[in-house]
Amino acid sequence: MSAIISVSNLNKIYAGGFRALNNISLDIRRGEIFALLGPNGAGKTTLISIICGIVNPSSGTISADGHDIVRDYRAARSKIGLVPQELCTDGFESVMATVKFSRGLFGKPPNPAYIEQILRQLSLWDKKDSRIMSLSGGMKRRVMIAKALSHEPEILFLDEPTAGVDVELRRDMWDMVRGLRQRGVTIILTTHYIEEAEEMADRIGVINKGEIVLVEDKRVLMDKLGQKQLRLQLQKPLAVLPQELQAYPLSLGNEGMELIYHFDTQSEHTGIADLFRRLDEHGIDYKDLQSRQRSLEDIFVSLVSAQPPAGAQQATEVRS
Amino acid sequence: MNIHAIRAIYLFELGRTWRTLMQSIASPVISTSLYFVVFGSAIGSRMVEIDGVSYGAFIIPGLIMLALLTESISNASFGIYFPKYNGTIYEILSAPISMPEILLGYVGAAASKSVILGGIILITARLFVDYHIAHPVWMVTFLVLTAVTFSLFGFIIGIWADGFEKLQIIPMLIVTPLTFLGGSFYSITMLPPLWQTITLANPVVYLISAFRWSFYDVADVNVGVSVAMILLFMVICLALIAWIFRTGYRLKS
Repeated sequence: MSAIISVSNLNKIYAGGFRALNNISLDIRRGEIFALLGPNGAGKTTLISIICGIVNPSSGTISADGHDIVRDYRAARSKIGLVPQELCTDGFESVMATVKFSRGLFGKPPNPAYIEQILRQLSLWDKKDSRIMSLSGGMKRRVMIAKALSHEPEILFLDEPTAGVDVELRRDMWDMVRGLRQRGVTIILTTHYIEEAEEMADRIGVINKGEIVLVEDKRVLMDKLGQKQLRLQLQKPLAVLPQELQAYPLSLGNEGMELIYHFDTQSEHTGIADLFRRLDEHGIDYKDLQSRQRSLEDIFVSLVSAQPPAGAQQATEVRS
Repeated sequence: MNIHAIRAIYLFELGRTWRTLMQSIASPVISTSLYFVVFGSAIGSRMVEIDGVSYGAFIIPGLIMLALLTESISNASFGIYFPKYNGTIYEILSAPISMPEILLGYVGAAASKSVILGGIILITARLFVDYHIAHPVWMVTFLVLTAVTFSLFGFIIGIWADGFEKLQIIPMLIVTPLTFLGGSFYSITMLPPLWQTITLANPVVYLISAFRWSFYDVADVNVGVSVAMILLFMVICLALIAWIFRTGYRLKS
C-alpha cells in the first residue's frame, strides 16, 4: 500500500533548546487508521502540528500525497483536515457559519448540500444556528470535527478526539471514523485511551521522548509482544513457592490464593502441561483457572518504560 | 490565489461588525457627533474662521481621521488577535493560504469597515455643519490609503499583543494623543514656531493636513510631502509584516 504521508529525518528543536522530535521517519499508508500512542510530552502534537503547517520543522522533510508540505504547501494542506486536542472555537459564531468559514478557508466553493450532510451525520443539524458558546463540550468537539471535514480532506488528523467526551459520543466518533475510512480517508489519531487504538487502528506507532519507538501492524504487534497469563485459583493458600517450582515464571497473588503463570503465545512450548504435572507432584490443588491476553496497554507501558532517555541510545528508526 | 479563503476571512470579519453593530459603528458615530455638538456648534460658533473655513467645518477632516485611525487599528488588531486568543489561529495556519492572502483578508476587512465608518461620519457631519469637498477623488484616495495603512499597523499590533492590555496600549497611549496633537482641532500654524517644528515629527499631522486639503484646498504641510509620508509609513508596516511572516513571529514556533 502506498504512503500518503511520508516523514523523513524530522527534527524539532524549540527556541529554548528543547528537542521535541528526534530524527523521526515514518510512513502513513493510504486509507489506513494509524494510532499514534505516547505519554504526555512525547511529541505527538508537535509531529501533527508540523505536518499540518502550524509549527515549523527544524530539519527534515514531509510530503502529503506526494506534495512537500513546505514547497508545495497549498496542495499538501488542501488534503489535510485537523481536529486539534484543545476545544478551540469562536464562541460567538453559529455552527453553520463556522463550518462554512472552514470550507472557504481551504479553498473550496460553497456546497450547502455537503455541509448539511456533515452536520446531520454529526447530529449537529438541529444546532446549526446556535452559537457555539451555548453548546456542550461534546457538541463543540463535534463542531470541530465538522470544520475539519468541511473541505473533504483525504487525510484526517484527530488529536485526542475523545478526550473528555462521554461514552456515547466516543462510540459515535468511532463509528464516524470507520465510515470515513470506508470512504478512503486516511486517519491518524493520537490517543491516551489505549482501548481506542486497540478498537480502531490498523497500525500502531509508539512515540516517546521525541523518538518513534515502534511502528507495527496492530495484530502483529499484539501477537508478537502479546504474552498471556494463566491464573490458577488455589484450594489452599501458599506462603512461598516450593523450591522446585521457582525456576518457572510463576508468582503468587491474592495472599497466596492465586498462582500466576506467564507464558509466550509465540513460543513452541508454552510449558503449561509441564506446569500442571509439577503442581500435581507437589499436591497443589486448584479450583479454577483462567488465561488472559496481554493488552495493548500492557505492551505500551512496557515499551515506554523500557526506553532510556532521548539521546542515550541510537534513534530507533522504523519505516514500513 | 486562494480567492475562497480571502473571501471567507473578509466576510467573517465583516460579519463580526454586524454582530457588534453598536460597538463597531454606532459607538464611533455617536462620539464623533458629540464632538460636532461641543466643538462644532457650541464652541465653534464663538470661534473665528481658520483659513477661511468655519470652525465646525474645519474640524470635520480631523474628526474623520480620528475615527478612521482608531477604528482601523482596533478592527485589524482585534481581527488577528482574537483567533490567537481563542486558539482558532490553528485553522488559519493549517489552511492552504499564503501569508499575503491572510493579510488581504484581515486588513481588507478592517480597512473596508473603517472606510464605511468614515463615510457614515461624513454624512452625519452634514447634520451639524455645511462643508464642501474640493478634491473628492483625492479625499477618497486619502481615506482608503489611511485606512489601509493603519489597518496594517493594527495587524502588527494584533500579532505582537499577547494580552488585551497590550492590544489597547498603543492605540490609547500613542495613537490617540498623536491624533489630538496632529491638528484635528486646530491648524498647526496657530502654534508657536518651536512647537510647529516639533509637531512635524508627528506622522498624523501629514494625514490630517492632506485630508483637510482634499476638503478645503488648504494644508498645513505640502500635499506631496503628506502623500510621501503616508506611503513611507505603509512601506514600513509592510516591511514589518513581511518580517513577521518570514520568521513566524508570535504565530509559529
